[in-house]
Order: sequence, then structure tokens, then C-alpha cells
Amino acid sequence: MLPLLLFVALCFVVPIGMMLSHAIVDPDIARILPNVTAALRTWDGRDLPPEPVYAALANDIRAARESGTLASAATRLNYDVAGFRTLLFATGRRLPSEVTGPVRDALVAIDAKWGERETWAALRRAGGPVTDFYLLAALDLRRDAEGSITGVRADERVFRNVLGRTLWISAVVTLICLVLGYPVAYVIAAQPPGRASVLLFLVLLPFWTSLLVRTVAWVVLLQKEGVLNNLLLSLGLVQEPLRMIFNRFAVYVAMVHVLLPFMVLPLYSVMRGIPSGYVRAAVSLGAAPFTAFRRVYLPMTLAGVGAGCLMVFIQALGYYITPALVGGGDDQMISYFIAFYASKTVNWGMAAALSIMLLTTTLILYAVYNRLAGVDRLRLG
Amino acid sequence: MGGPPSTFGQRMTRRLLAVFTGAVLVFLVAPIVAIVPLSFSSGSFFQYPLPGLSLRWYEDFFTSSFWLPALKNSLIVGSAATALATVLGTLAALGIWRARFPGQALILATLISPMIVPVIIVAVGTYFAFAPLGLTDGYAGLILAHATLGVPFVVITVLATLSGFDRTLVRAAEGLGASQWTTFRRVTLPLILPGVASGAVFAFAASFDEVIVALLMAGPGQRTLPRQMFAGINDNISLTIAAAATLLIAISLVLMGVVGWLQRRGARLQRAG
Repeated sequence: MLPLLLFVALCFVVPIGMMLSHAIVDPDIARILPNVTAALRTWDGRDLPPEPVYAALANDIRAARESGTLASAATRLNYDVAGFRTLLFATGRRLPSEVTGPVRDALVAIDAKWGERETWAALRRAGGPVTDFYLLAALDLRRDAEGSITGVRADERVFRNVLGRTLWISAVVTLICLVLGYPVAYVIAAQPPGRASVLLFLVLLPFWTSLLVRTVAWVVLLQKEGVLNNLLLSLGLVQEPLRMIFNRFAVYVAMVHVLLPFMVLPLYSVMRGIPSGYVRAAVSLGAAPFTAFRRVYLPMTLAGVGAGCLMVFIQALGYYITPALVGGGDDQMISYFIAFYASKTVNWGMAAALSIMLLTTTLILYAVYNRLAGVDRLRLG
Repeated sequence: MGGPPSTFGQRMTRRLLAVFTGAVLVFLVAPIVAIVPLSFSSGSFFQYPLPGLSLRWYEDFFTSSFWLPALKNSLIVGSAATALATVLGTLAALGIWRARFPGQALILATLISPMIVPVIIVAVGTYFAFAPLGLTDGYAGLILAHATLGVPFVVITVLATLSGFDRTLVRAAEGLGASQWTTFRRVTLPLILPGVASGAVFAFAASFDEVIVALLMAGPGQRTLPRQMFAGINDNISLTIAAAATLLIAISLVLMGVVGWLQRRGARLQRAG
């Protein structure tokens, strides 16, 4: 057991932990601009910083420019305040190697932003060694010059929208799966064993088929020159091809298709354990069939409903491939943005902060699931 | 189901339910079934009726420098990751089963966690940690990442098999003078083998189906089949992708059959033992 524990620790826990730590660890600015970071620690933040801080900044910028590290400092500061990159580069370019007179005047002459308190507050916020910048940003929040938390400008709000959309899509998919899956599980559970196993095979087949194959199949079916549009056209049901892909509709259809077995299987295993005598007893005692179902059968299946819904919802939250292939720009979920920040813009802080949001939600829901169903019944239906 | 004589309403409800179930099952199976005949089309569009039958898309698949190496890569990564996950997972399950110890629940949760943590986080995390170590250029990184994803399946299936395993058999063997290794090889392993094997099949399927880690970690030389399908569907989509999908469906059916067979065999062995 020890070798596996070590293996999982080294290849799984440690890498993810390291990545997630980037959401709060923020060492770059303190490393690249050490003097000004240290000098700013004693700044009260009310007025502009004193002359030694300006002198420290000038020295740091010169040194960073020589060692070629100014770019990464500029990138980090630009996350917080748009335009900081330009400010830093322009300052670096125009800074004389020897400043005569007060450094403050020289810097403000290069760019008036050095005479603004907000510029310095941003620099101090980025000084590390830890930051709440990324976690706040993942909720569309930021710290202002006074250090209190405020919302970002309306036109910069993205992530609340993304988080809300992720939860919404997952909830809708879960609901559709429940509405489709409950009757199916009920009917299969009521069949004699032989026929039940044939029907169960039809549920298990997509369960085993590669996720990508199923997503590709939907692309083939739904696209403009696809199977479904051709069918509708040749039947004369539509005059021109319907737009059925790269929108929310396609995301719902494909995700429900992929996740439906995770709803049917736990429901089926619960329903199969319910003796048919209970409902019959209720009916023979005078209950209407629907009342018998609602008061006797339904309560006994609630554990399965809970397990199935949580399983579908948890998995839907982390979906990436399916929305990426069949959805449009406004249908991408949180995983897409994690991948975007990790591989396109290499902003590990943002990728980590969004990962923390997703991981926390998943783990909390999983803990609930575990209470309900137990780990050993997971997924291997 | 017998029961009291049914009214017209009940018969209608039952019929409606049957139709509804049929429709949902068609929804589940039809997309997968629909793509298979397309791969045998002699035309080049995703259209029914097929203009004629041909194997041209399979020929394309097996001569293509885009698809064929990907199949090879998938098999290499899948087998290596499965071997690693199976050996480590079986040992871990045996360790957990053998004796209770403090912190066991936490350790089990850790071993299972790769199954719960969203794959994108696994992918980004391993990419982040492996890239500086140079593990992203070859097979090694992908194999290690896929092995962690396969581990929970092995641990779960082997633990499930062990729960029906009679501990006195081990004690009997050891009492008769067998060494621990011999006991494991001659007594324990043969009895838990169906569980180990189906865990291995699950682990292989997990690796064979995995695309997000492959997207981030695989260099040009390690692109796997799902990763190529992801790429192939974004740019010019040809019917070769239907051939690739059909091959993957066939492989899934085989794996599904193997697991079904192993589970029946395992149940028989446990009844006998």
C-alpha cells in the first residue's frame, strides 16, 4: 500500500497542490523588484510614498531591465491594473541611468501615474508573499487603493457569469437526466430478469463508449450538413437546415446523453431492491395507483434519486470536452477557463483560483454523496 | 407482474411509460449506432442513405500519419498505465484489507480521489508539475498521469473482491508452512484475479478514453486517439473520424464483454470458495 500512496502523492496530490498554491502564493514582484517591495512595507498608504521608495523603484526597474525579468513583473501587475505593463516598460525605457534631483519628480515626469496613490497601492498589493488577488478576481472582486474589497467594473465582470453558467448548465442537465432516467429505471426494474439485462445493456453501451466518440457522434448528427438536418430536409419538415450545434441546445443534448447512464444505474439498483408487494399492498388497501406510487414507492427511491443527481451534477460541473466541441462561445464552463488560463495565457494564479472554486464545490458535493451512497458503489455500476 | 386487474388508465400509463422508455433508449443508443454505417460509406458526406459501401475510410485510417501513430500511442500509454495502476492498486487494496490502522479512511479517500477531482484540475496540475521536470516531452508523463487516473478503479474492484474473500484460507496456507509470497501467489492471487483483471480493464478504458490530460501533456510524438479525434473534429472533418469512432466502439464492446465475463466468473469463484 505504501508504494501506491507514495505514487499517488507524488503524481497527483503534490502536483495539484503545487498548482493550487499559485492562487495565493505570489513571489514574483518581491523577487524581481525587491527594494521597492521592502520599502513599501512601511508605507502608510495615505499619501504618496516618500522619496526613498521612488529611488528604490528606479533602481529595481533598472536592475530588472538588465536581467530581463521586467516583463514577468509587468505581466503580473497588468493583471491587477490594466496599463501597468506599458507604464513599467515606458518607465524602464525613459529612465536615465543617473537621476539628478528628486527621483519622484523624474518618475512623475515620465508618467503621471507614478503620482497616483492607486499605482503604488497596486504595487504594494502585488508584493506578496501571499495574495488574495486571484481568489477575489475569480469572484469578480478586487481591492481598491484603501485595501477594502469592492466589485470590479461592470464591463470587466466575467467569472460570476461563468460560475453561474456552470452551475446552471449542470443543474439543467441533472434535471433532464432525472426526468428521463427515473421512468426508464422504473420500467427496466419491473421487467423479468432476461429482458431487464437486455435493456440494461442498452444503457451500459453508451456508458462504456468513449466520451469523445459520443461527442463526435453528436457533431455528426447535429451539424449543418449533418444526419439530422438531412433527414428533416428530405422529409420536408424544414425548408432550410436548422442551427442545432454550437449553441446551448447542443450542449444540453450531448451532456444529457453522456451523463444519463449515471442517473439510470443507481436508480435501477435501488428500484430493483423494492419488493413489488409494497405498492400492491397500498393499492389493495384502497390507495389510488398514483397515490400508492407517491406515498409508498417514491420515498423508497429517494436515496437513489439523491445519489444519481449528485453523481450527474458533480460530473457535469467539471465538463470541458463536450461544451468545447458542441457549444458556442457563451456555453463554455469553468473548466474551459481553467484550461484557457493554464495553456493559452499561462496565468497560473488565475487557473489555480478557478480550480479552487471548482474543486471546493466538487469535494463538498462529493462528501454529501458519500454520506448518501458510500464510496464502494461509485461508478462501477 | 400480476396484481389486481388493471383499469384502462393504468394500461395507458403502462403503455406510455413503455413508449417513453423506448424513446429514451433510442436517444441513448442511436447516436452511437448511427455513426457506424457512415464509416463504411463510399461517399464523403455525413448523409443517409449511403451512396454505396466501401472500406476507403478504414484504408485512410490505417495509412494515415495522423491516425495510425495515435492508435499506437493510445495502446502504449494505455498498457503501461494499466500495468502500473494494476500492480500498485492491487498491493494497496491488499494492504488496506489485511489490517485496520489509524488514518485508513483518509488514505482510501486519497487513493480514490483521482476519480472525483475534475480531470481538468488533474491535467493542469500534472502539467504544471511535470513540465519543469521534462516529463511532458515523452511517454513518461502521460503514462504516470493516466496511471493515477486508473488507480481508483483497481483499488475499488479489488477491495470489492476481497470483501468476499475468506481470510482463513490465508491463515491455513501460512499454518501449513507457506511463505507470505507463496500464499499470495498460490492462494490469494488466483481467487482475487477476476477483480484484479476487471480493475485493469477499467483502468485501461479510463486511459484509452482520456483526452484532457493528453491535450495538455502529449507532445507531437505522443498524441493519442481521443486527442486526435478532438483535433480532427475542429478542423476539416472527414469520414475517417467515423472509422476511428467505430474502431473505438468495437474496443469498448470488447472491454465491456471482458468485464461482464470476469464479473460472472468472479461471482462463481466466490460461491465455490
